[in-house]
Order: sequence, then structure tokens, then C-alpha cells
Amino acid sequence: MSDTHAQTVAYVRDSMTEQREPPVAQSGAVKWTRENLFSTPLNIALTIVGLWLIWVILSHVLPWAFMGIWDADSLSQCREIRDELYGADVSVACWAVISERWEQLLFGFYPPELYWRPVLAFVLFLAAIAPILFASLPRKMLWLSAASPFVMFWLIWGGSLWVPICVALGFAVGWAAVRFAGPKVGALGGILLAIALPVLYWALIAEPLAGALQSIIPLGLESVESREMGGFMLALIIGIAGIVLSLPLGIMLALGRQSDLFIINKSSVIFIEVIRGVPLIVWLFTASLLLNYFLPPGTNFDLMLRVIIMVTLFASAYIAEVVRGGLAALPKGQYEAGDALGLDYWKSMRLVVLPQALKISIPGIVNTFIGLFKDTTLVVFIGLLDPIGLSNAIRASTEWNGIYWELFVFIGLCFFIFCFSMGRYSLFLEKKLRREHR
Amino acid sequence: MNTPATAPIDRSQMQVSDEVAIQISNMNKWYGTFHVLRDIDLTVHRGERIVIAGPSGSGKSTMIRCINRLEEHQAGKIIVDGTELGSDLKNIDKIRSEVGMVFQHFNLFPHLTILENCTLAPIWVRKIPKKEAEATAMHFLEKVKIPEQANKYPGQLSGGQQQRVAIARSLCMKPRIMLFDEPTSALDPEMIKEVLDTMVSLAEEGMTMLCVTHEMGFAQAVANRVIFMDAGQIVEQNEPKEFFNNPQHERTKLFLSQILGH
Repeated sequence: MSDTHAQTVAYVRDSMTEQREPPVAQSGAVKWTRENLFSTPLNIALTIVGLWLIWVILSHVLPWAFMGIWDADSLSQCREIRDELYGADVSVACWAVISERWEQLLFGFYPPELYWRPVLAFVLFLAAIAPILFASLPRKMLWLSAASPFVMFWLIWGGSLWVPICVALGFAVGWAAVRFAGPKVGALGGILLAIALPVLYWALIAEPLAGALQSIIPLGLESVESREMGGFMLALIIGIAGIVLSLPLGIMLALGRQSDLFIINKSSVIFIEVIRGVPLIVWLFTASLLLNYFLPPGTNFDLMLRVIIMVTLFASAYIAEVVRGGLAALPKGQYEAGDALGLDYWKSMRLVVLPQALKISIPGIVNTFIGLFKDTTLVVFIGLLDPIGLSNAIRASTEWNGIYWELFVFIGLCFFIFCFSMGRYSLFLEKKLRREHR
Repeated sequence: MNTPATAPIDRSQMQVSDEVAIQISNMNKWYGTFHVLRDIDLTVHRGERIVIAGPSGSGKSTMIRCINRLEEHQAGKIIVDGTELGSDLKNIDKIRSEVGMVFQHFNLFPHLTILENCTLAPIWVRKIPKKEAEATAMHFLEKVKIPEQANKYPGQLSGGQQQRVAIARSLCMKPRIMLFDEPTSALDPEMIKEVLDTMVSLAEEGMTMLCVTHEMGFAQAVANRVIFMDAGQIVEQNEPKEFFNNPQHERTKLFLSQILGH
């Protein structure tokens, strides 16, 4: 202990105090319980009421779920089994509907002998997304990520292998335009060429080329039509395509909205405000009904593709606003430091501004993605058989007429797993970046 | 604002050549209708160390920010290293890569390590191979005496260290001119000296420097010209000795009496 002389003004400490443990009642579980559960009479009462409420809810839900019947052919058979086992007045789940129809909930009307294809595509997706999500994985895996969209498309829709290969070649054409023509025609000319050449290639050359190659070396899988797909497979295709495409589009729109160039600025603002100001369901109806009037007669423009485009545009408007918030949160000095070092606009955006702005925007971006994924259930209104649509179809059958909870619990749980993982990943990323930057 | 005593420095290397580094003639700038810079005429020779002083709002920062076009001027001419600053983006990027700038709030990139901060522009603007850029960066980090911090993030460094990194980051571009915009104003008194020492050693190597600063000790020790600005104009300029001992303009006398008076 130090000898303090409270009565005198001058004071010199003659011994330093060692670090000590805090008192037992002031640390650990004892302190936590007292402070967080039983600090005042009111809090004690609230704790007790809360525990009672939890017990009431669990005592009804858990027996219903765990005593559920898994093996039956119809709802009426389920009820017979229940009467036999527990008596008529006990409410138990009839999970038999899930064990009977889960394949349909996952794949829709996809041919059962081909289920391995979407499953393989999903596994491939997980492998492809891993190096993007986790920077610690080898960078060479990014080649897999780049190739995966084409392979996944081919696995799910089938058809000639040459189609995805010829489409992928378009990107090689664009790369070649930047690489070889770019130095000759300048940066802007290179970018324009990189957009124009692949578009021309896709419009004019890709299809005949694929056809020709197919006739020389036939390679392919049995094709499956979009309308045969449904359930979570449909939700995942639309959700993942929407997420992957809307992020870059949203970033470009956010930059456009910040731009000093009048036309780019105003067109970004109008696009964002119009898309955001109209409900998604209206856009989906537009996609399914109105587009037919604008397209030349006889065009067969896949409904699922139309939905993906609409969902992407819709989500990108939201992403743009979230990213704009991140851009606005950056101190002006960051832009100035980039300028002062001689970085041009795109380099400064790519290397200095966007990495920081996107880091700030992560919670908002993931929030938008979760919303987008759940909004895919809206496609039920334009006749696509998403999980909700299929649950209606299942209930319409005589065997399962009258069953509600079990289907919705299952669908909810599946959505929850995906959305919760996205939320957790967002937290992981925030924590990782926060640690890295301190 | 008295500077911590700066040691007498070696002026033998600090030769001013006849070559013109920066030529500003009849430059004017407005913020909207507010006339911030009025008829600025300034010629800076290669190797000159110029300190720009003046009350806040006098336009000193704005003037040096015009030199690398962080601010746009509306009338007059600015010629840096023989290249005229206009709306031509190529000229702007060229001048910016030749002119280093150090900011009051450092403006390091918080998402990059110290080393990455220093190699970013050399790699992406100068197209120097990564290995070579890193070697250069380490050389300059050693010069500002913090090579051991190379793999840390800016947030882990003290203000003085961050400012020295900012100086090293500018030097990695091998600039011919350095602009300092109040480099010590955001620092704790203890850290001001370490930054000033770095600037002094830079001056000793003959770098052309324009410093907006309130560090009058630094001005006396290093500058070969002090410029005093008020109300957007250059009011007085002179050699430091004359400037401090024998100010001519009323406004200069008042300013000096206020900052040196306590």
C-alpha cells in the first residue's frame, strides 16, 4: 500500500501498487447473473415471467415437433397413427409430408433420374464461392470460380456443351480486345471495343459456332426446360444469380450517382429512383406479361431469365444506395490522397475508395442480399413453382389436403439456414476486416 | 507557436538553381462568388524551400492545393515543371505524379499496411515491379526512421509516425517538388519535432519544398523565403531573417506579434 498523506499537498508515491484480482462477487458468473438477471425486484419478476413464457412455448412446440409422425402416405393416415399412439386430443406434427415430398420441394418437377446434376452444380457452387469468401484459400481456386457459372449452367439446363464454351469465349474476345487493341486505340477505345466485340460475337457468331461444333463433335447432356425446375432449386438459381449480378451493377450505379458527368449522374439517379419506387411484384408482372408485347413475336425469352434480370435490377438499385452511403462516409482526404499520388479515377476507386466504402457497406449489402433471396418467393405470383408454390400444389393433392404448419416450418427452416449463414458471414467479414485495419 | 529548437542545419547542399520549378502568374480562384485567391504571382526555383504563413482563411492551403489541382483555378496560369495545368487530364496526372503532397491529417489508406501504402502508387502509376517498389519503400521508411513498422496498419501508429509514413509515401514516387499542407498542425507537441526533423533532412538534400506551416522555428532554420498571405493575397515575402526581424506590412507585423508574442 502506498502511504498517502491526504492532509498535505505535496505527495510522492514511494511504492507502486501491484495488479490484483477483482473481488469474487464482482467477477465471473456470479456478477453476470446478479447484474443481468436479478439486479432489482422488477428485474427479478421479469426474469421469472420470461422463463415461464419460454417454458410455455417450448412445452407446446417441442412435443409437437419431436413426437411428429414421419411414416405415412397421407394426412388421414397420419391422424390414424396419432390416434393410435397418443390419442385424438394430442397435437403432433405430420412430418410424413416432408419425407414423402421433400424431393419435390427441393427440385420441383426436375426429372428425378437427373437430380445429381443440380446437386453437383450446388457442390460446384460451394467450391467456387469459397475462395471468394475466404481470402486464406489458394488464389488459384479463383479460376474454378470463373469457370463455374458456365459449368453450372450446363449441368442444370443440359444441352450441348459447346454452348457454354462458346459463350465463355466471348469473355476471352473482350479480354483480347483490352490486351491487344487497347494499347493501340487508347484506354477508352479499348473499353468500348471490349464491350462491343463480345456483344457482336454473342449476337452473330456464338450460336452458329456452337451448332457447328456440336455437329462435328456431339457432346452434351439431356436438356431440361426451365419450367420443370422449382422449389429451392429455383429460389437458389434466382437468388444466387441475382446476388452475383446485382453487386457489380449496384457499385457501378453508386459510382454513377456520384459522378460529375451530367448524363451518367442523372441516368443513374433516375434508374435507381424508378426501380426502387415500384414494388418488386409489379416488376415481376412486367417481366412475365408486358415484356411479351415489346419483344418481337415468336421470341421465346425464358421466363426464369426474365425474372433473374428483374430481380437483379431491383436489388442493384438498393445495393447502389447502400454503397453510396459507404462512399459518402469516407473522409474527403482519402479521395484527395489518391488524386495527389497520381492515381486516375478508376485506379483510385478500385484501390483506395471502394475497398473502404464496401467494408463500411457490408452489413447493408448482406441485408439487401438476404432480402433479395427471400423475395424470390414472390415469383409464385407469376406462375413459377418456388417452394411456396409447391406447398400449394402439395396441399391441392387429396393425400395432403389440410396440412399447413409442417410445410411452412420446413420451408422457413431451409430459408433460415441460408439467410442465417449469410448474416454470420457478414459478421465474420466485419470482424476480420476490423482486426486487419487496426 | 514556438518550434522545439531545431538544430543548426547544413546549408551547403541546399543550392537554389536558376531553373524554374513552379511558375504561377496572375492566378485567381473563386469559391462560387467568393474570391479566395487574388492575383497570385509566384516563381519557385528548383531547390527552394518556401514557407507560407498567414492567418487561417487567408488562402495559403488553397494556393498550394492549386499546384497539384486538388483545387481548380479560374484565371491565370500555373506551370509546374514546364507543364501547364489546365483541364487536360493527362497533364494533371503527370504533374500529380511529379509533385508529392503531405496533408494535415496524413490521409494514409487505413485498409493497407504501411508498406502497401508506400508501394501502391509506384506499382500502379509508375508500373514499377512489386519487388523493386518494396525495396524503394523500405529505403524511404528507413529514412523516416520507421522501417520496423512496415507491416503494421496506419491505425496502429502514432500521429507523428503516420505523418512520417505519409512523407515516405510521397517520396516513393520520387517527386521533384514536395508540398506540405500544415503537416504538424494535427500532432501532439511531442511528435512535432520528429516530423520537422524529417522535413529538415529532406531540405538538406535539396528538395524543392513549399510548406504551409505555423512552425516559425522551422521557417527560420530551413526556409530561404517566407511568404505571408492575407485575404487571398501575397502580402509580403522576404528572406526569413529580414521577414522576422524587420517586417514591413502592418498586417505582417500584427501577425508576427500575435504568434511570437507569448
